[in-house]
Amino acid sequence: MTTSELQASVRGRDGLAVIDLTGDVNAAAEQALNQAYAEATAGGATSVALNFERADYINSTGIALIVGVLAQARKNGIQVKAFGLSDHYREIFEITRLADFMTIADNEERAVNDGERSNDA
Amino acid sequence: MTALTRSFRRKLRRRDRTATESREQTPPSPDPMPEQAPVEIGPNDPLIAYFQSASGAVDVDELELDSAALRDLKAAGVKLAVPLVSQGELIGVLNLGPRLSEQDYSSDDRKLLDDLAGQAAPALRVAQLVREQEAEAVTRQRFEQELEVARLIQQNFLPKELPDLPGWQIAAYYRPAREVGGDFYDVIPLPDGRVGFVVGDVTDKGVPAALVMSATRSVLRASAQRLIEPGEVLERVNEHLCPDMPEKMFVTCLYGVLDPESGHLRFANAGHDLPYVKTTDGVVELRARGMPLGLMRGMAYEEKEATLQPGESVLLHSDGVVEAHDPEREMFGFPRLKETVAAVPGGQPLIDRVLSDLEDFTGPDAEQEDDITMVTLERSAGGGHVAEVSNGRVLADFELPSEPGNERQAIERVESAVAGLGLEPARLERLKTAVGEATMNAMEHGSEYRPDRPVSIRVLVSSDRLCVQVTDQGEAGELAEPEPPDLQAKLEGRQKPRGWGLFLIEKMVDEARVTGEAGGHTVELALRLEGVVDDDE
Repeated sequence: MTTSELQASVRGRDGLAVIDLTGDVNAAAEQALNQAYAEATAGGATSVALNFERADYINSTGIALIVGVLAQARKNGIQVKAFGLSDHYREIFEITRLADFMTIADNEERAVNDGERSNDA
Repeated sequence: MTALTRSFRRKLRRRDRTATESREQTPPSPDPMPEQAPVEIGPNDPLIAYFQSASGAVDVDELELDSAALRDLKAAGVKLAVPLVSQGELIGVLNLGPRLSEQDYSSDDRKLLDDLAGQAAPALRVAQLVREQEAEAVTRQRFEQELEVARLIQQNFLPKELPDLPGWQIAAYYRPAREVGGDFYDVIPLPDGRVGFVVGDVTDKGVPAALVMSATRSVLRASAQRLIEPGEVLERVNEHLCPDMPEKMFVTCLYGVLDPESGHLRFANAGHDLPYVKTTDGVVELRARGMPLGLMRGMAYEEKEATLQPGESVLLHSDGVVEAHDPEREMFGFPRLKETVAAVPGGQPLIDRVLSDLEDFTGPDAEQEDDITMVTLERSAGGGHVAEVSNGRVLADFELPSEPGNERQAIERVESAVAGLGLEPARLERLKTAVGEATMNAMEHGSEYRPDRPVSIRVLVSSDRLCVQVTDQGEAGELAEPEPPDLQAKLEGRQKPRGWGLFLIEKMVDEARVTGEAGGHTVELALRLEGVVDDDE
């Protein structure tokens, strides 16, 4: 297991700006994540979805970065969604209460379709 | 025929028995000398003084003394008595009947007998001493064996192991002043997970105290199971002990019931030294009134309560600690013990420190005056509960340079170390996160990402517990207590976005604890391993 710096790319889908995260969500991810968020919201999207399908590692500093994104989004009235989280990181999003402030979806389809929260056991 | 003093008589009887047996096997002599019983000389018989001061063989017929032994000698036909005197003590007498020639003993005969007595007496004395010493050695050996058995029996009355209470460090120490002692301690598991703790001290030392100790301990154990309230337990024990307690003996005893979950301690005291509690505000005594056990029936025992907060500890002790003396006969005393309690967090380090302070005080070769017993209960700081697995098997032990991102290596190596334990995937993921966070904290806050301050990681496993210890090389001392993260406050800018590390650690493992020791801090992470098969065993 080696560190892999986060790559964050933005794409639009059905009025939703999807930020695809690839690599580690840690201290080194700050710039990539913030830039992607700025890019995603620059186009006027009112909803941003973070795709964690290829983010293998999220640490507490990464959580802090996501909190930063979420705080910014709340200020700007932008809804934040997340999908593709493993069961473990979904648990962490719940423990930290991130899940109370952003919509967690199982996959992209659900996120797009207003991302009903899935409560799969 | 012989005349013997009392000290020699017993041995002679033994020898006579042997002689009698041998006679039975020997064909009768053609001209047997009539066997006569030895003449015994009573301890107050004036004959002893006479013989002791006699200058040589004594003509019995010419002697006039009011002496029972003399009458016996005359009745037995003894003509000449040759006292055997060694170092002024009469140890035997050679008694001679009439000569076969019916003539009187000549001066040559007397001279010969005196010479014989002069040599026989010390030889006889040496033989006596050797026999006495042999007998004493046998007696001593038997006594020592019995004492050793008593010591082993008493050892069995002490708890063989202390309970493993999550979130508590429990340590105990017991050292009798003699082979067996009157001190005791006990740890009694009670219903609902509560635990009874006892420290007691019987007046006196040695075997009598040990016997009373064993009785007290048994009654206390039985009562503790039936009655929960510590005061009632001591009342019951007192009622049982009173009728049979030897005069001038009694038992001081402190009995407390701990709820490990809440730290609540309910206790009663039968005249025992007051326990010390180390709190954040200083060291305080736990006071509750009550008479020692076994003195008087119908006694009531006051009950008091205390709650041990995380980071606090209590020391139960016997008076052998405070009543130890230095070479100038000054007592160790309560203030010194209190100072020691204040200086050390608790647990085994506190016991070790008290013992080393005591040794410094009394001098290294001082004989221990009284039994010494200590029990300490320390509640782990920080709300986390890590049971010691220090005696567990080491699965991994490595160091990593303090560089950003190296926590990934820690995660990887711990994951591979625990691969054989069969942790379910979700628990393994949680452990990995906790290890990563603990390592990051250690590298960042402890070792300040300095390459010369690596972080060391140990993975230990016991039968029911997995423990990962992450140690930094920061300045030893208190770590700042982080503010609990509040997402709402963070989103509103009232809290910084960061500060999730310790929070995550605590949520991810069953028990977590941070300790600061010389050279750095250690974060201990533990997972219980119920139902997990250790395939390496």
